[in-house]
Amino acid sequence: MGRKLDPTTHVKKGPGRKSRKQKGAEIELASFIPEEEATAKRLSSRSRKRAAKRVLSKKATKDAAKEKPKKGFTDENSEWLTPAKRKRKLEEAESGDDSDEHWENEEDLEMEDEEEDQTKKGVKEQGKKKTAKAEIKEGEEKEDDDDEEMVDDYGAPDGSEAESDGELLPIERAAKKAQQLKEALDLDSDDDSDDDDAKKKKKSDSDEEEDTVQANMDEMDAFKLPGAEESAKEGILPLDLKTIHQRIKDNIEVLCNFTKQREEGKERAEYLSLLKKDLCTYYSYNHFLLEKLMDIFPLSELVDFLEANEIHRPVTIRTNTLKTRRRDLAQALINRGVNLDPLGKWSKVGLVIYDSSVPVGATPEYLSGQYMLQGASSFLPVMALSPQEGELVLDMSSAPGGKTTYIAQLMRNTGTIVANDANADRLKSVVGNIHRLGVTNTVVCNYDGRQFPKVMGGFDRVLLDAPCSGTGVIAKDPAVKTSKDEGDIQRSAHLQKELLLSAIDSVNAESSTGGYVVYCTCSIMVEENEWVVDYALKKRNVKLVPCGLDFGKEGFTRFKERRFHPTLKLSRRFYPHTHNMDGFFVAKFKKFSNVVPTTPVVKEEEENVEGPEATVVTESPEKKPAKSDKKKKIVPGKAVGLKGKPQTNGTAAKKKTIVPGKAGGLKGKPQTNGTAAKARQAMVKPKGKKDSPVGPTTAKKAKMDGETVKGAMAKKPAAKTADESKASTADKQKKSPMKEKKRMGKNKFRKLQSLLKNEIE
Amino acid sequence: MRPLTEEETKVMFEKLSKYIGDNIKLLVDRPDGSYCFRLHNERVYYMSEKILKLATNISRDKLVSVGTCFGKFTKSIKFRLHITALDFLAPYAKFKVWVKPGQEQSFLYGNHVLKSGLGRITENTMQYQGVVVYSMTDVPLGFGVAAKTTQECRRVDPMSIVVFHQADVGEFIRNEDTLT
Repeated sequence: MGRKLDPTTHVKKGPGRKSRKQKGAEIELASFIPEEEATAKRLSSRSRKRAAKRVLSKKATKDAAKEKPKKGFTDENSEWLTPAKRKRKLEEAESGDDSDEHWENEEDLEMEDEEEDQTKKGVKEQGKKKTAKAEIKEGEEKEDDDDEEMVDDYGAPDGSEAESDGELLPIERAAKKAQQLKEALDLDSDDDSDDDDAKKKKKSDSDEEEDTVQANMDEMDAFKLPGAEESAKEGILPLDLKTIHQRIKDNIEVLCNFTKQREEGKERAEYLSLLKKDLCTYYSYNHFLLEKLMDIFPLSELVDFLEANEIHRPVTIRTNTLKTRRRDLAQALINRGVNLDPLGKWSKVGLVIYDSSVPVGATPEYLSGQYMLQGASSFLPVMALSPQEGELVLDMSSAPGGKTTYIAQLMRNTGTIVANDANADRLKSVVGNIHRLGVTNTVVCNYDGRQFPKVMGGFDRVLLDAPCSGTGVIAKDPAVKTSKDEGDIQRSAHLQKELLLSAIDSVNAESSTGGYVVYCTCSIMVEENEWVVDYALKKRNVKLVPCGLDFGKEGFTRFKERRFHPTLKLSRRFYPHTHNMDGFFVAKFKKFSNVVPTTPVVKEEEENVEGPEATVVTESPEKKPAKSDKKKKIVPGKAVGLKGKPQTNGTAAKKKTIVPGKAGGLKGKPQTNGTAAKARQAMVKPKGKKDSPVGPTTAKKAKMDGETVKGAMAKKPAAKTADESKASTADKQKKSPMKEKKRMGKNKFRKLQSLLKNEIE
Repeated sequence: MRPLTEEETKVMFEKLSKYIGDNIKLLVDRPDGSYCFRLHNERVYYMSEKILKLATNISRDKLVSVGTCFGKFTKSIKFRLHITALDFLAPYAKFKVWVKPGQEQSFLYGNHVLKSGLGRITENTMQYQGVVVYSMTDVPLGFGVAAKTTQECRRVDPMSIVVFHQADVGEFIRNEDTLT
């Protein structure tokens, strides 16, 4: 009943936050008094107040002394005021004791306050009597009380002043006011007797100001790394972005010419860490991503890239050649008030939209399917795929259908396209776009791409636009800057490897026209691109072929401690800052054999890594011979396996040496299958092996086991050793799942095992 | 996915014939291979036999769309043409209406065509005849039903409706979710 009283929620009492914020009004009012503001600007509001108070107090003492002469003075008193100052100084010198003086002053002040109140009440009666001196005082007082009484005060003193100084011209009045202020300042700096802690504070303030100015000057001259205490201070009071930007510039300049411009005794790492920190703050990236980017780009390019991510790429459209021609479309759009240009020499269907008076995504031309809004980078994989008429093409992750419809228009609506996507909601846009653009040769389905070779195979070409971390499209989605970490990259890399293998498996190598797979991502991470491609090269009978794109940067063949297959040069990278399109990666494979290499073959490839030219091409034809080969190999297999292993990774080899000891009779197992994960799996398996056959389901389970174990294992050496071991474990992670797939059948396994046992006995 | 039943075929062809008349047989007997209609999720898809064969690889729950969607059957077994069928209606349409550029946008937002926006109309159009709506540059924009005969259209006042709106290409954006 009624409202429940919640003891945890305290209702705040008193004037809320808003009432405090009302202060803003004074600032507005302050702008009505221009001269005062202008001169007083150099002082802080507090010191201004203090200065005014000081003047006031002095005036008050003077008033007491010179009550009479004040009367009768009119405009001349402005001249008369200056000598008074000196006199007053003398007086003060006489009085000697500061504290007493202050006391008096304060008393005077109070009196004057009262006086002022009176003036407010009866301005008209008193106005004439009041001397100019009093008026000045009042003016000062007004300044003093700025904060509290400004609003009420504002009109009244002005009025009285106007009446009393009726004879004064506005210019004269202004001069008077300026003089007063000057006086106030003079007093502040000249008067030693009046010098209190406030003044000291002010002086120190100005000193500090000077210091910072000096520091800035220094930074201009030669870039120096900030000291420890400075950086500690920064932690509390962050610098403004402008100085950070300047520092980034200077820092990069030093780093680009390190031997000459470096500060003595400073390491490159110190500069780099500062740069990293500054870039993180300035462009608001997280440390992980920025580190990755620093690995990919040279420093000079890095800033360009980061800058390019802050601005959007131009809007591009693709002409639907099934319905219209580019020239006609351009004309139609120009008539609607769209400012456009052809995209570039490399595309015959692209148009760049500079600006438009109508929404480009809702013109009648768009609705009738004459063009498609599509980023320039999305043209590239389809151009690389170059589908031919009458082919059977698979688009593995098709949403929202831009690339699918481009494929269809290149095939002129012949053949068949299977457009797949894992997300059912996103498929709606695929269906919409396909129908809008008049594409009739498409089957749209909703599978997980990894299942695909089981659903249907024998495609002539496959396009895999893999899901990725999106580091190439930060301009589109700035959330990427902070949301990604190592795990995300690893996860998507893992998925990409699975998808790529299933894409390769779906292709028919014997196809007369095709047998191609195009792999692309909108990420620029090496882990998601070159690494994945390199993995597929090892696992399947595929080779890289030129993309057919005459621009873009070559893919990496070496990256940090990793070495990739030399043909990775044929893949293409696209960057926002160099090509003005989203960051993108495209690689084109040609499948030259439908045979899926069995595990020993794969291992041989691994062994052959030293001479990588030979790897892929060699192992294609042997399928059946592999069986007999394997048997032969197994006998010396142990030695071979151990020999081959350390090349790929040290930790795995270590584990493997342990395993045979533990799983006595299973020696043959780890030899045939390379990784430690597999070995572990072999350890798990013998329990159930005799009674339960190792079917595909158990294989899957075992795979899961292997993965989790692997994950746990991967953590340990990573903690112990440095990056290299981490890399090797990661390497392992990459290899294992496929190996599980390539495991031998249970019969073969049993046969081998019995054979081995016999041999041992 | 299954072939249409007798009754369904009859209902659908009746509807189609309102727009393209006898040209239906051109849809079925094509020189570039045989085409057929299939029902999937209450929707009728039009596809070539080749694609049909491929589509049988895909299980029913995973299949989203094959070829071109023509429309759907309502619960009361009436057939509703979707805008996605426009690509096949427009080339064979018997009666056409052209709308002026000013009225184009209005029609694309789902409004009826008024006399003031009427550019041209096929002669001898009967009342309630299915018509395909074009822009003056011969871009098909949708279809509808003639509200008046051609003769009447000449006489009526500018604000009266001459074509009732049924579907327009704006639905590709407005009703993207319900297209299939």
